Formats: sequence, structure tokens, C-alpha cells
Amino acid sequence: MGTLMAFLVGGLYAAAIYMIMRRSIVKLVIGLVLLSNAANLLIFTSAGMTREAPPLIPLGALQPDGVVADPLAQALILTAIVIGFGVLAFAVVLIHRAYEVVKADDMDQMKDTDT
Amino acid sequence: MGHTSVLLALPIIIPLLSGALSLIYWRSRKAQRIIGVLGTTALLVLSGMLVAEVWQHGIIVMHMGGWQAPFGIVLVSDMLAASMVFMTGISAVTTAFYALGSVSKRHEHFGFYPLMHLLLAGVNGAFLTGDMFNLYVWFEVMLVASFALLILGGERAQMEGAIKYVALNLVSSAILLSAIGLLYGLTGTLNMADLGYKIGQLEDDAMISVVAMLFLVAFGIKAAAFPLFFWLPASYHTPRVAVSALFAGLLTKVGVYALFRVFTVIFPFEDTFAQSLLVWIAALTMVTGVLGAAAQFEFRRILSFHIVSQIGYMLMGLALYSPLAIAGGIYFIAHNIVAKSGLFLISGLVYRFKGSYELKELGGVYRQYPILALMFLICAFSLAGLPPLSGFFAKFLVIRAGVEAHAWWLVATALAVGFMTLYSMVKIWAEVFWKEQEVCHIKPPRKYRGGTRIMYATVIGLALLTIAMGLAMEPLFLIAQMAAEQLLNPAGYIEAVLGETGLGAREGATP
Repeated sequence: MGTLMAFLVGGLYAAAIYMIMRRSIVKLVIGLVLLSNAANLLIFTSAGMTREAPPLIPLGALQPDGVVADPLAQALILTAIVIGFGVLAFAVVLIHRAYEVVKADDMDQMKDTDT
Repeated sequence: MGHTSVLLALPIIIPLLSGALSLIYWRSRKAQRIIGVLGTTALLVLSGMLVAEVWQHGIIVMHMGGWQAPFGIVLVSDMLAASMVFMTGISAVTTAFYALGSVSKRHEHFGFYPLMHLLLAGVNGAFLTGDMFNLYVWFEVMLVASFALLILGGERAQMEGAIKYVALNLVSSAILLSAIGLLYGLTGTLNMADLGYKIGQLEDDAMISVVAMLFLVAFGIKAAAFPLFFWLPASYHTPRVAVSALFAGLLTKVGVYALFRVFTVIFPFEDTFAQSLLVWIAALTMVTGVLGAAAQFEFRRILSFHIVSQIGYMLMGLALYSPLAIAGGIYFIAHNIVAKSGLFLISGLVYRFKGSYELKELGGVYRQYPILALMFLICAFSLAGLPPLSGFFAKFLVIRAGVEAHAWWLVATALAVGFMTLYSMVKIWAEVFWKEQEVCHIKPPRKYRGGTRIMYATVIGLALLTIAMGLAMEPLFLIAQMAAEQLLNPAGYIEAVLGETGLGAREGATP
């Protein structure tokens, strides 16, 4: 499972980087979506995956018995997903507005502020 | 303990509260302006108290929600964090006052004030947190606010600049998040102090270098270090001047701060690949920044490129990694916030009077506005590093540390870049202030309402501050030295955060 996830994460990163390097701005944003998902899955994988062991403490006990899944990594991912969602919502609105102003979906048409 | 730890949370709570209040009074410009001034002034006062408290009692720690250290999130203030928060306060107050005169009604209706407060909360949170993931969250808070501030007004140049800024900063955030994920997989903790302790015990050197490199790249983008700085000169000259000044003062410095923090407390840095790399990065950042500026003929673009070159000096302080060098780097950050904000605000005043940022179109400002010209001269010479201004001592400390470390070519680069900085500043002086304005075909954009006086006052305040920071070098140097000592002895930081209880808990908490 870990190996499979590693390939999945690697594939996502590769796809994200490919999309980011395209000239189209829409594809740039798609690349950013993939990149943030890749990072989330990376946290999930690197924190270690434990199957069928929810981190629940039995009634009356003070700590869970045996090995349980790590809830912190999932909390981190949840936070990162929410943040990523907010930021991407902004990015989508931004490219829409930029398209209205610049009238082009092409990074090569956006060189005015470069030197 | 009680009131000091509240002091630690207030630099975050006050901007958040002021931002929320500004949102409530969305329709009332007057209320938003009053809240802006009061909120930032309160921030400045409290951050001053925080510096005094850390100066007297050492590192202050607050365990959020009463959860003990490696498990809960902590806020930590050592001298570096406290002085950075104080500089944020200074930057915030000047921006808030300057904005009273410069930010137009339209931009205020777009929510300038709430966003400014949110940005300040993000910046202070990043300075004060003692948890890696929390650092990421504060970075995002800061970024989202800065995205919105950057496109306030929605001009074409702003859109183009914002796309580059947003894209590169999101990539940087994704890299940071990946690094945090790997670090958590490696150590099972995210608390900075706990990480510092556990990284020292790990055997897996290769993986540690990988994670350290990821952090270097992520924070390098945010700090605008070579070769990752291209978003900065493409975007910083596009928003309102008050926004530019706030960005120039704070945003990149947060990245630099994070590098200082991560490579002192968490990762072993001395004699590693990261250190030798950072020496090169520092030198190349200085050179490319200043050469970029030399090629520019737009007031704010020159200043933007100089932000990049000044970042090089700060990184040089970290790269040399001696107590003097780190103290110098910290002092440099403080100096740069003042001088750079001042220069941006002056460019805004010139625009108000003359209606342009292009050096070729400007001229004759010295004849008409001699006080403004004098203020520019002070800030520009401070940036170039002429005594007795703050820039001189900042450069002196870093370069002296370079001499002591026998890093001769780094010293030579730093000195040469200093001269080049002077060249750029003299270029602005000659073009904007000294020469006669040729044809007066440009006009100020429209008849501006009042408030010029208050804009003048903030600029004069910053110029006086850079003089004062130069003249009162001794106490400031002691503060920087204390910060450097705390950074170079992370044991003190680790003990302050984890304490006795943490020590016991740590044994049982291995993943």
C-alpha cells in the first residue's frame, strides 16, 4: 500500500509540475490544485498508514490499546484541504478577472510587469 | 506567568479583533480609519512591552489551551520573535497613518483596512508560533490577505503581477507543506523545540538533508532569495503605495525569519551542505538584485529590486553563522524594514505631487519640495549604508562577521553591492529630485484630497527612526546580540518550551 501511494504521490507531483509549466493560466491553476493534493497525500503517506484501527479510547481506559491510526496527520490534512480550497477559490476568481482585463489565457501575454 | 503569556497572544489577537471590527463597520469609512489607527498603535505599544518582557525574563512560552508542549500548539517569543513583532508594529503604525492620506475612498470600500489587519495577524502569528504546521497556517493567512491587497483596484498591471505572485507563493506553500509532512513522518512531532531535540537523535542524515532543502526552497521563495525571487519585482510595484510599503517592510522578512528559525533551532546547520549553499545564495541574491535595480528606470521597480539585494545581506548573516553575523542579520532586518518602507512611502508622495513613477518623466522635486528630498536622501543613504545611519551599522556588522570568518569574496561582494546600491540611489536622486523637469505633460492623477501632511509626518518619522537606530546603536546591538545568542543555543529554547513535564512526556511519545 505504501509503495502504491508513493507512486501515486509522485505521479501527482509530476502532473502538477507539467501543468504549471504550461503557458495557459487555466492549466496553471489546475496544476496548483494537483500540487496541493499531492502534498496532502504525501502527509497522509509519510505519517504512516494503519488499517482498520480508529484512534478510539475504550470506555474507562485512559489510552487506546494496541496500534491505532495517527489522528494528527488526518487533522493536518483536513486543515490543509480547507486552506487549499480557500486559496484556490481565490485563484480561480483571480484568473477570471485577469482574463477579463488582459483578454488572454496565455502567460506570454502577461509580460508587462516583468522587465 | 499569567499576564506575560497573555502578552504573547495579544499581538495576534489585536489585529484579528481590529480586522473583525473593521468588517462590522464595513460601511463607515471613519470608523475603519479610527480602528486602523488605534489597532496598530495598540499593537506597537504591546509589542514594545513584549520586547521589554523578553529582555528581562528571557524566552516566554504560552501553551495554547493548556495543552503541554509537544502535544499542544505553543506560542513562543524569544528575542528574535519579539523584536520582529515590534518592527511589524512600527511598519503597521506608519502604514495606517499613511493610508489615512493616501488610500482613496474606492480602495477603502474594497476593504483595505480589514485586509491590512488580517495581514498583520498573519505576520505576527508566523513570528510567534512554535509549531511548524501552525507556521504554515499563519503563512497562508498572511498570503490570502496579501493576495487581496495586491489586486485592490483591479488594474491590468495588478492582475498580471498578482498571477505571478499567487502562483509562485502557492507553489512555495505546497513545498512547505510537503516538507512538513516528511518531517512529521520522520520525527512524529511538529513542535519546533521537540523537532530540534529529535532531529539531533536521528541517524537518517540523507532524509534530513532532503527535508532541510525543501524548507530552504520553500522559505527561499517567500524570502525572495536567488534564484527564486522573480515574483517580487514583477508584482511589488503594482498595488497602492501604502500596500507596497507594507509588503516591502514585512512579507519577505517573514520568509527570512523562518529561515533563521528553522536553520538554527531545528536543523543542524554548521558545516552542512545547506550552509555552503546559503553562502552562494546570499552572494548571488545581493548581486542579481542590485544589477536588476541598475537596469530599471521606474521608481518603485528600482526599490523592489533593492529589496531582493538587501535580502542577500540578511541571508549572509545566517550563512556565516557566527554570533556576530546572526546579530548583524537581525539588525539588518530591522533596519531594512524602516528604510525600505520609508523609501516606498516617499515614492508615493512623489507620485502624488508629480503623477508618475518613471524617472524620465520626473524632475525638479528638490526645488519644489526640499523637505521630501531631504527625507529621501536620509533613507537612501541609510539603504546604501552611509554612516551614521542605521544601514551603515547593519552592513558593518555583517561584513565584519565576514572578515572574521575569512569569507573574503563574500565580503568583497557585499562591499561592491553597497556601492552599486549607492549608484541606484544617486540615480533616483539625480533624475527625480535634482534635474529640471523637462516637459510637463503629465499631471497629478486628479485633485487629491487632504492628508498630505500626515503622509509627510510618517515619512519624517521613518527617516528620524533610521537616524536614531544609527545613533543609538549600542542598546539595539545588545538586543540583536541577545537574539543571536538565543538562536545559537537552541538548548535554551528547547528547555523553555518543553520544560520538565515535556521531558517526561517526550520519552513516552515516540511514534
